[in-house]
Amino acid sequence: MIHFVLLISRQGKVRLTKWYSTYSQKERTKVIRELSGVILTRGPKLCNFVEWRGLKVVYKRYASLYFCMCIDPDGNELEILEIIHHYVEVLDRYFGSVCELDLIYNFHKAYYILDEILISGELQEPGKRTIVRAVAAQDSLVETVKEQTGSISTIIAQASK
Amino acid sequence: MGSQGGFYQSKEFLDLVKSIGEARSKAEEDRIVLGEIETLKRRISDPDIPKRKMKEYIIRLVYVEMLGHDASFGYIHAVKMTHDDSLLVKRTGYLAVTLFLNEDHDLIILIVNTIQKDLKSDNYLVVCTALNAVCKLINEETIPAVLPLVVELLAHPKEAVRKKAIMALHRFYQKSPSSVSHLVSNFRKRLCDNDPGVMGATLCPLFELITIDVNSYKDLVMSFVSILKQVTERRLPKAYDYHQMPAPFIQIKLLKILALLGSGDKQASENMYTVVGDIFRKCDSSSNIGNAVLYECICCVSSIYPNPKLLESAADAISRFLKSDSHNLKYMGIDALGRLIKISPEIAEQHQLAVIDCLEDPDDTLKRKTFELLYKMTKSTNVEVIVDRMIDYMISINDNHYKTEIASRCVELAEQFAPSNQWFIQTMNKVFAHAGDLVNTKVAHNLMRLIAEGFGEEDDTADSQLRSSAVESYLHILGEPKLPSVFLQVICWVLGEYGTADGRYSASYITGKLCDVAEAYSDDETVKAYAVTALMKIYAIEIAAGRKVDMLPECQALMEEFLASHSTDLQQRAYELQAVIGLDAHAVESIMPSDASCEDIEVDKALSFLNGYIQDSIEKGAQPYIPESERSGMLNISNFRNQDHHEASSHGLRFEAYELPNQTVQSRIPPASLASTELVPVPEPMYVRESYQTTIVPSASSDAGSTELKLRLDGVQKKWGRQTHSSATSTSSSTSQKTVNGITQVDGSNTSNSRTRETYDSRKQHVEVTPEKQKLAASLFGGSSKSEKKPATGHKIPKPSSHVVEKSHARKSSMEIASEKKASFQQPPDLLDFGEPTVKSAAPSVDPFKELEGLLEPTTQVASDENHGSTTAAAKSPDIMGLYTETHAGIYDKDDSDILSGLSNPPVTNMFGGTTSMQVAQSSKGPNLKDALEKDALVRQMGVTPSSPNPNLFKDLFG
Repeated sequence: MIHFVLLISRQGKVRLTKWYSTYSQKERTKVIRELSGVILTRGPKLCNFVEWRGLKVVYKRYASLYFCMCIDPDGNELEILEIIHHYVEVLDRYFGSVCELDLIYNFHKAYYILDEILISGELQEPGKRTIVRAVAAQDSLVETVKEQTGSISTIIAQASK
Repeated sequence: MGSQGGFYQSKEFLDLVKSIGEARSKAEEDRIVLGEIETLKRRISDPDIPKRKMKEYIIRLVYVEMLGHDASFGYIHAVKMTHDDSLLVKRTGYLAVTLFLNEDHDLIILIVNTIQKDLKSDNYLVVCTALNAVCKLINEETIPAVLPLVVELLAHPKEAVRKKAIMALHRFYQKSPSSVSHLVSNFRKRLCDNDPGVMGATLCPLFELITIDVNSYKDLVMSFVSILKQVTERRLPKAYDYHQMPAPFIQIKLLKILALLGSGDKQASENMYTVVGDIFRKCDSSSNIGNAVLYECICCVSSIYPNPKLLESAADAISRFLKSDSHNLKYMGIDALGRLIKISPEIAEQHQLAVIDCLEDPDDTLKRKTFELLYKMTKSTNVEVIVDRMIDYMISINDNHYKTEIASRCVELAEQFAPSNQWFIQTMNKVFAHAGDLVNTKVAHNLMRLIAEGFGEEDDTADSQLRSSAVESYLHILGEPKLPSVFLQVICWVLGEYGTADGRYSASYITGKLCDVAEAYSDDETVKAYAVTALMKIYAIEIAAGRKVDMLPECQALMEEFLASHSTDLQQRAYELQAVIGLDAHAVESIMPSDASCEDIEVDKALSFLNGYIQDSIEKGAQPYIPESERSGMLNISNFRNQDHHEASSHGLRFEAYELPNQTVQSRIPPASLASTELVPVPEPMYVRESYQTTIVPSASSDAGSTELKLRLDGVQKKWGRQTHSSATSTSSSTSQKTVNGITQVDGSNTSNSRTRETYDSRKQHVEVTPEKQKLAASLFGGSSKSEKKPATGHKIPKPSSHVVEKSHARKSSMEIASEKKASFQQPPDLLDFGEPTVKSAAPSVDPFKELEGLLEPTTQVASDENHGSTTAAAKSPDIMGLYTETHAGIYDKDDSDILSGLSNPPVTNMFGGTTSMQVAQSSKGPNLKDALEKDALVRQMGVTPSSPNPNLFKDLFG
C-alpha cells in the first residue's frame, strides 16, 4: 500500500501532497521536511529508494520535480517507480507535454488525475487511455450527462468534444 | 504554451503562486501565505459570493494547506460545496474535503448524507466522485450508512464505477473487517468481471484477504494461474500494455498472490511452475518494468515450494541484477538474494564480491539493504565479522530509527551465535555504549540473565570467568563520561551481584564505584535505585562472610540523601540498606543469600498459604470472597457497558429515520436487524443476567468487606514475596509478577532457555515450510538434522567448541565467509540420505488439498472459462475506441484543448487566464529554448522522459 504521495520541487517547495494513511497536519509538515532533507540531497547515481522510519520511500526526479511515494517495507520498489512514471505519462498526455508550471497552477487537476490512478493507496487503473478518458469526461462534463449504458459512442463523443 | 486545461484561475491566484515561487526565504513565504489566509477568511464568510468564485477560494485554501498552513477555518465551506448540484463545483468540494479531512474529523458526519445521495445518482461521474470520497472519508462508524449502496454499485454497468466500488469495499475491509466479512464472496465474483481493470482492482482486496487466511482461497489457485497465463499471452486489450509489457501491474499483483498461496503447499506450487517459468523467459530485462516483474517472480519462487529449474532462473536473474550498473537493480538484487538464500544458500557464494561492493558503497540505502542480507546469512562462523561491521556502521550514523534496528539485530546475532563469552560481553558493551538508550530494556534484562546463568550449564569455571570478565570490563567502562541509563543499570546490577565474587576487587573499591555512579547520574532515579540495591548486596555478602563492614563516608552521605528522597522507592531501598547493615551474619544470610538470582521463584498465585487464615475468618463469621465479576454491584455496570458496546458496534449512528413513537418494545427489533444481525441476540443475555442479578442481591452487603479482604491480600503478597530479589532490579512496579524483573522470574521460567528456543523456533519454521528447506537449513548451520529436536542442541554445541576452534578464525577478512561456506557445501550429499522422511511428511499435506481441489474443480473451471471468454470479448471493443482516439490524437492536442478549456471555463476567467498564462509562459519559457533542449537531452540520457518528444518537458520556470 502507498501511504502518501509527495511532489517536491528541487528547491524544496511542495507541489502536491496526497495522504492515504492518517497523518495530522503537524506530522505532515514534519514528514515533508524530513524527507525533502533526505531526498533532495541524494546524488544522481544513487538508488531511488530511501528507507525511512521503517517504511520505504521511492522517488524519481523529472526535471526539477521530485515525485515521491512512501510504501510498506515489503513493497516492490521497481513497481512503484513505474507507477510514478505511469502518473507522469498520464500527466504528460493530459496537459500535452507537461511542465512544472502546469502542475503549479493546475494542481487540482493533478489531484483529479491521481485520483483516477490511485485509490486508497492502491493502483486502480493501469490503462493510460482509460484514465485520460475518465478525467476528460469529468472535465467536459455537462450536467446533463446521464447514464446511457451500452452506447459507447456517447462517452467518446463527450470525451473528445 | 498553455496547458489543455487552461489557467482559469483569477489573476489574484496567479499572483499568489508567483509571489510564493519568487519568495527568497521561508519567512517571506510564510508572510505571503498568512496574508492570503487573512484575505480568504474575510471573503469566504461573505454570504453571497458566486459559486465560481467560491470554487476558486476553496482551491486556494487547498494550496495554502498544502504549503503547511492551517486552513481549518474553511473546511466547513468545502463541506458545504459538496452539497452543490453542479458536478464541477461538487467535485472541487469533494477534492478539498478529501484533502482536508482525516477519517476521524468531526465534519465527516455532515458529508455522509451527501455521499449517500450521490451514490444513488444516475450520473456515473457523480457516483465516481462520491466513491473517491468514500474511500478516504468513511470511517468505521459510518460504514453501515453507505455499505448497502456501495455493494449495489458492484453491479453497476460502468466499469469505472465497479472498480471504485471494489476499492471502497477493500478500504472498508481494512478499517473494519467485520463490517464486510459477509461480502467476501463479492470479491470472488468480481474476479470474473468482464473488464480487466475491474479484475485487476479485485486483486487488491483478494491479496489482503489471502494474506490473512490462505487456506480459504486455495481453490482459486487455478483461476489465478490461468489469468496470469492469459495476461502473459497478451490476451488482454492492448490498452493495458505498458512499455511493451502485457499488463505488468496485474502480473505483479498475481505473482504476489501466488507466492502466498504456494507457500509450503507443494500441490498448489506445482500448478504455478509453468507460468512462472514462462514469465522468466518472456520478461524483458532491459526495461525497468520488466525487472519489476522479474523481481516479483524471484519473490514468488523463493516463497513457493522450491523447484530446481525455477531456482536456477531466479539465480540467473539475481546475478543480472547484481552485475548491473544501476544502483536500483543492485538494491533489488541484494533483496532478492536475501530471499533466495534461505532456500539455496549456495548462490550467495558466487556473488560475494558483488555483496562486498554493495557493503562498501557510499549509498546508504544500498548499504543498509546489504546489512539486512548479511543479517540473514549470519552463522557461528561469520558472526564476528558481520557484527563488527554492523557496529561500526551503527556508530557512524545518526538516524535513531535505524540505529535502534541495527542495534537489536546485533544483540540478536550476538546472543544466537556468540563464539565466546569474552566476545559476547565486549560486543554487548559496544552496542550499549553507542546505542544504549535506543535498545529495548528487555535486551538489558537478557544480558543480565546471561551473565548470571552463563553459556554452558555444565561448566562452572567458564561462568565465573564470564562474570569476572564482565565485572572487569564494566569497571573499566565506568571511567567513560556519559553512559546510557540502561547500560548503567546493567553495570550496577552486575557489580552488585558479582563485583566481589572473584576476590580481585575489595568491597570498598566496588562500593566506591557504585557511589560514584549514583552521584554522577543523580538525575536518573532508576540508576540510583540500581546502585543502592547493588550496595546492599555487596554489604550483605560482606556481612554474611563474617567480615566487618565499614561504610564509606561518601556512601553514608549518599544514604542520608536517599533517606530523605522525594522518591519513595529510593527511600525504601535506603531504609532497607540501613536495616540490613544492622543485622548479624545469620539473618543476612537468610534474607539475602548470595548468588540467588538464578533460582526460580515460585509464585503461588492461588495464595494457598492463606487458606488456613481464611478458613479461620470464615468460621468466625466473615463473608466469603466473591470474585469481582460476580459481584452484583459490578454486574449492573458491566451489563450497561455491555449493552452500550453492542449498540455501538451494531450501529454507532443511525442513518435511517426513527420509527413512529407509538410503537412499543417489540418494534425495537426490526430496525436493529436491518442494520446488522449482531443486535438481535442482545436482549436475551440481558434478561438472563438481570434475573441472575436479583438472586445475588442479598449478598450485596458483603461487597465492601470482600474488596477489603482482597486489598489486604495484595499487601500480604507484596511483603512476603521475595523482597530481596525483587528489589534488586525492579524500581517501581508493584505487582508480584513484575517485580522480580527479567532475571529470575518472568523471564526466568520463560527465557532461561530462550537462546536455544529462539534457534529452535527459527529452525522449526524452516521445517514447517518444506523438508527440502530443512535439508538446506542443516547445511547452512552445519548440523545434522535427523529430527526436529536435534538441530537445537546440535546448534548449541558449536558455541562452546567454537570458543576453542574459532579463536584462530577470529578477525579475518569477510572473504573467509566463502571458504567457510564451501566447506559446508560439501555436506549436502550426506544430507540427501534424509530424502525419505521428506516424502513422508509431505504426503499427508497433499491429500486434503487434492480432495479440496477435486471438490472445487468444477467451479474454478467455470470461473476461468468465463474469464477467458470475457477477456477476448473485451479485447475487441477497445480496439474500436482505439481507432477513434488515434485518428483524433493530432487534433485533440491542439484545437480540442482550446475548445475544452473554453467550454469548461466561463469567458471572464478565460480572458484573464489566457492572457496571463501567455505572459508568464513567454517571459520565462520563450527565450531559452536552447537551454530547454539541452536539459531535455540530459534528462533523456538519464532515461527519465516520457516517450513523446517535447523539449519543454518540465522546464522549470522558477529555476
